[in-house]
Amino acid sequence: MRILFSFFAVIALVLSAYAGVKIANLQFLFGVVIPYIAITIFTLGFVYRVLKWGSSPVPFRIPTTCGQQKSLPWIKQNRIENPSSISGVIIRMALEALLFRSLFRNLKTQLKDGKLVYGEAKWLWLAGLAFHWSFLIIFVRHFRLFLQSTPSFIKTIEGLDSFLQVGVPLLYMTDIVLLGSVTYLFLRRVFIPQVKYISLAADYFPLFLIFGIAASGVLMRYFYKVDIVGVKELAMGLVILKPVIPQGIGVIFYIHLFLICLLFAYFPLSKLMHMAGVFLSPTRNMVNNSRMVRHINPWNYPVHVHTYEEYENDFREKMKKAGIPVEKE
Amino acid sequence: MKIYDGGKIFVGLIIFVGLVTSPFFFNRGKSNIVRDPKAAQMMQSMGLQCVEPKAFMLPNHMQLLDEWRDSVVRKGNRLYKASDGKNYVMSFQNTCMNCHSDKNESCNACHNNLAIKHTCDGCHNSIAVKPYCWDCHIAPKEKKS
Repeated sequence: MRILFSFFAVIALVLSAYAGVKIANLQFLFGVVIPYIAITIFTLGFVYRVLKWGSSPVPFRIPTTCGQQKSLPWIKQNRIENPSSISGVIIRMALEALLFRSLFRNLKTQLKDGKLVYGEAKWLWLAGLAFHWSFLIIFVRHFRLFLQSTPSFIKTIEGLDSFLQVGVPLLYMTDIVLLGSVTYLFLRRVFIPQVKYISLAADYFPLFLIFGIAASGVLMRYFYKVDIVGVKELAMGLVILKPVIPQGIGVIFYIHLFLICLLFAYFPLSKLMHMAGVFLSPTRNMVNNSRMVRHINPWNYPVHVHTYEEYENDFREKMKKAGIPVEKE
Repeated sequence: MKIYDGGKIFVGLIIFVGLVTSPFFFNRGKSNIVRDPKAAQMMQSMGLQCVEPKAFMLPNHMQLLDEWRDSVVRKGNRLYKASDGKNYVMSFQNTCMNCHSDKNESCNACHNNLAIKHTCDGCHNSIAVKPYCWDCHIAPKEKKS
């Protein structure tokens, strides 16, 4: 149900783009208006979410550590897994954001012959890494359409990505990796019962959406070709703020663009915000210095304290009568 | 709204907004691609036509070239029957480059005001495509202006 809902939502979006361009001729709406709206929602929504997170105090050190804390000089500290300095945190965060180090520790727990056993579970890490990196490379590659003269590093990335020189136009390896990994990430939600149980429509929808984006892009590059120079004209028109709609770009381009706009607009409303969230995870980005620095809770308010001395002053006579020992006579 | 660790949050947000808006800044004052339909019309009026119609050639020329290569190199077949019934010799250097003789500047003589030139490299460069034709074929000479 949750799967079908997400699936048909994406299908309906594809069809609406198809109908909008093919039947209603709304090229300007799908090519100019929606992209501008989407990028505005994306930017403002993203900033809003980050500021909202920033307004929550994190008074105490709560890093999840998995190494020896800084201690006596002859005990070797694990500087990355239990950082006591900013540089350690930077290395830890870099490993987390670039290599998904915490996911690498992913374990599989199961009962085997009545015993609880823990096994390695690296497929999620591998597929996640392949997915994110190929998505990033594809994203960066697209800047050839948004910059008047393409910088050489983008040409280098393209050259490496199409290095196998399979077919024409040259096959990009990342296209295959992205489609493969997003398929795996979907299938694992379907076939692992525990994961299926906790998966929501909000988990399936981005997967279908990204699959739709990748599939429409692959179809456009290798099969239903569009006028690529016209596509660059449209993209350049958007970024130089003089939008144009060149004639004769195929409808598959507008479907691709519409799905991307939806991804951008949906981004700040969804779990995709983990892009910013990974850097704001207190369990990852904090220095473990609880034993070196005193951290004071910002929401502490002045509490009226009634000390024992004051208590004894109040009740000294009664305490003496009852035979309770007092500190001051 | 009090922002905790505001310095770090704002540095991160400035980097984010900078990256998102960078295409707008990089292209400030730049011009879009200008395509002049006159060039193609002129070619047609002079009776010059490619082996297949322009609408087919524009998106599919790389596949046609690939098929030609396979046909010539692997099967030894050099005869191409076009969709309009005309026969052509499958040869990149003798057929294609007969007209597309200058990969850099052939139309530049009349259309030197174009941001995108009606040549191979005019389009290829504008969308950062680097075909590997010239790894084997002798590249036509480029006029350095």
